Amino acid sequence: MITMEHVCKSYKIAKRNAGFGEALKALFHREYEVIRALDNVTFTIGDGEMVGYIGPNGAGKSSTIKILSGILTPDHGTVLVDGRVPYKDRIRHVQEIGVVFGQRSQLWWDVPVIDSFELLKDIYSITEPLYRQSLEELTELLNLTELLRSPARQLSLGQRMRCEIAASLLHRPRILFLDEPTIGLDAVSKLAVRDFILKQNQTHGTTVILTTHDMQDIEALASRIILIGKGRILMDGTLNDIKRGGENIDETVAELYRTYDI
Amino acid sequence: MKKYLSFFRLRFTMGLQYRAAALGGITTQFAWGFMEIMIFAAFHRADASAFPMSFSATASYLWLQQAFLALFAVWMMENEIFDTIINGDIAYEMCRPVSVYRMWFARSIATRLSRAVLRSFPILIVAAFLPHPYGLAAPASLKHFILFLITLVLGLLMTVSLCMLVYILAFFTISPAGLRLIFDSASDFFAGALIPLPFFPEKMQRIMELLPFASMQNVPLRIYGGSMSSYEMKRAVFLQVFWLAAITFAGNALCRLAQKRVTVQGG
Amino acid sequence: MRSIRLYLHYVSINIRCVMQYKTSFFLTAAGQFLVSFTAFLGVFFMFQRFSKVEGFTYSEVLLCFSVMLMEFSLAEMFARGFDQFSGMVRSGEFDRVLVRPQNEIIQVLGSKFELTRFGRMLQAVVMFIYGIIQSDIAWSFSKALTVIFMLIGGTAVFTALFLIYAAFCFFTLESLEFMNIFTDGAREFGKYPVGVYGEKMLLFATFIVPYALIQYYPLLYILGRRKELIFMFLPLLACWFLIPALMFWKCGVRHYKSSGS
Repeated sequence: MITMEHVCKSYKIAKRNAGFGEALKALFHREYEVIRALDNVTFTIGDGEMVGYIGPNGAGKSSTIKILSGILTPDHGTVLVDGRVPYKDRIRHVQEIGVVFGQRSQLWWDVPVIDSFELLKDIYSITEPLYRQSLEELTELLNLTELLRSPARQLSLGQRMRCEIAASLLHRPRILFLDEPTIGLDAVSKLAVRDFILKQNQTHGTTVILTTHDMQDIEALASRIILIGKGRILMDGTLNDIKRGGENIDETVAELYRTYDI
Repeated sequence: MKKYLSFFRLRFTMGLQYRAAALGGITTQFAWGFMEIMIFAAFHRADASAFPMSFSATASYLWLQQAFLALFAVWMMENEIFDTIINGDIAYEMCRPVSVYRMWFARSIATRLSRAVLRSFPILIVAAFLPHPYGLAAPASLKHFILFLITLVLGLLMTVSLCMLVYILAFFTISPAGLRLIFDSASDFFAGALIPLPFFPEKMQRIMELLPFASMQNVPLRIYGGSMSSYEMKRAVFLQVFWLAAITFAGNALCRLAQKRVTVQGG
Repeated sequence: MRSIRLYLHYVSINIRCVMQYKTSFFLTAAGQFLVSFTAFLGVFFMFQRFSKVEGFTYSEVLLCFSVMLMEFSLAEMFARGFDQFSGMVRSGEFDRVLVRPQNEIIQVLGSKFELTRFGRMLQAVVMFIYGIIQSDIAWSFSKALTVIFMLIGGTAVFTALFLIYAAFCFFTLESLEFMNIFTDGAREFGKYPVGVYGEKMLLFATFIVPYALIQYYPLLYILGRRKELIFMFLPLLACWFLIPALMFWKCGVRHYKSSGS
């Protein structure tokens, strides 16, 4: 179970101005501005839930995910994931989560995918029988048999994404964070990925937190939607709460952003 | 002409942005200059008579080398340009109605000048205040100083011209990385960046002085210290002008050849 | 230990990756060789003109140079991940490290194993053998052991310096050029025994960054100029330098976690 209570986080960013005169000035004096990325964020996610975490760019989505995965420490507030504080108990916490960054690969580029998997087995200290089981299941469900012997750089984006997802599930994490998992994929691959994630949630009860701009992903997967804008949680409900008649989901969300002025 | 000037201004301003990098760079160069002088000081203690030029002239040479490193360091070639060549984007550049050679030439000068501007003054000022003979001494005479400034500019142009040749040659070779490698090592050695040319055995020195590499930093830095005879100075300047013309001409010609190749073959 | 097995797994995957690009590998290794060969030429030509510096002859300087170069190459081979750490921070790769249930240091060490540094190692070994042949040292078991200690201590010191550089990357990615003074600078100027640079430099290199402990003092022992046994063990003592380096690294990780990327 995931709980976030009154979490706040701010950043200091250096200002950089254009032009010759400004550049010369900047040689001697730097100015900073403070950005509030998270402002009193509170929510609870139960085991086995599938949550869509949406909001415009810069709303605070990645800061939240970073805090939940233990990469970032908040300024104020409490965070508990399965009874642990992510940024304090890093190694034990991280053993139980899986993360997929849509635009960054965790596979080694020049060696066969299976080699990356074998290394992950060592990193996550997965026992041999469990590894065999996971690998078999994932290979079958995601259709990876012909892909395993190819180096990651030779795979198409869709093929690579399937391998990425498999890689993040080898150690059977209880919680899966997905950041833009279907970005750049063709229609067939998108359906395959969504289908697979749904099955994972059904068979293994994996909690799934999905951040994406692709609203069809949200429609297919998320039973619950949390909307964040300018660092604040603006809405926490279901897809039906925001839908209004037969309108297209993207339009619904655009309207939503307009309503909340974000 | 205007468009090359605006390229120049853009790159120059970009270069000035990196103030923190400049500070780091200046400290590094100070340390380098300081250590090099210590080594030569140790050798001087061991056998002062074996020095081909006065210790003070040597120290001035080393400080000037550090101060103007951005002008003469061959290894500071632009990675961006190499990347365009390696990944083929260069085909787009070559199809434009601008001379790629002149564009890159202007760009290289701008980058080097902006880096040098940031770094040279602090080093020169501090080095000038160091105790004699470890610091930067005054130039041998006013005439020497003027000649120094002229050959400094010629040396910069020479450096950029040689770099341009490497860029263009890289276009024709299979392995730009290998070419660059060999060129970097060779030029440091032959240009007097490793140890000043007068410290090499006489016969070697005589040959090295005839090469284009010796027309980069070697000429201005030695003229400043006044360790060259009048004849040697005249010869050095003549060689600078000669090599500058020759290498620029060769680079330009090769570039036009490459441009023709791209537009005919379609990149 | 399990960590060692994991590290070896990392090394094997790194080597397999590099072997995919054989031309690039040999080119880079050749480049390494060329660069240190040029440095060697610098020493060679100086000694054409001068016979000794601070009482050290050409072959003695070669010995000093070669051992130091071996130490540096070993550190570069293993700790390249720290040397190139700015790239890891910039690309967000370090986030990936934090999401894995392993110690960050092992992961960063394992991210790169730079086999190309072998080019430099080779050059160093050749110089070393040449130096041994040319000089007339009375070799003994303890002196050979000293060389091994130098390699261990030297690798530790340079690794610690890379670690410090990497730790700086957590705070800023910009003004880091100055760290080169301590790493590349040491490689360049470590050609000559530290004593050549004067009294103050020797003090700095003994107590602040222990270059003298891994180069100068054991060298004096090998050359027979000092007979006290302690000089043999000083390189191992230099490993203390890893402690402040590790502390600074931990500090950096804490800062990274609180300031995001």
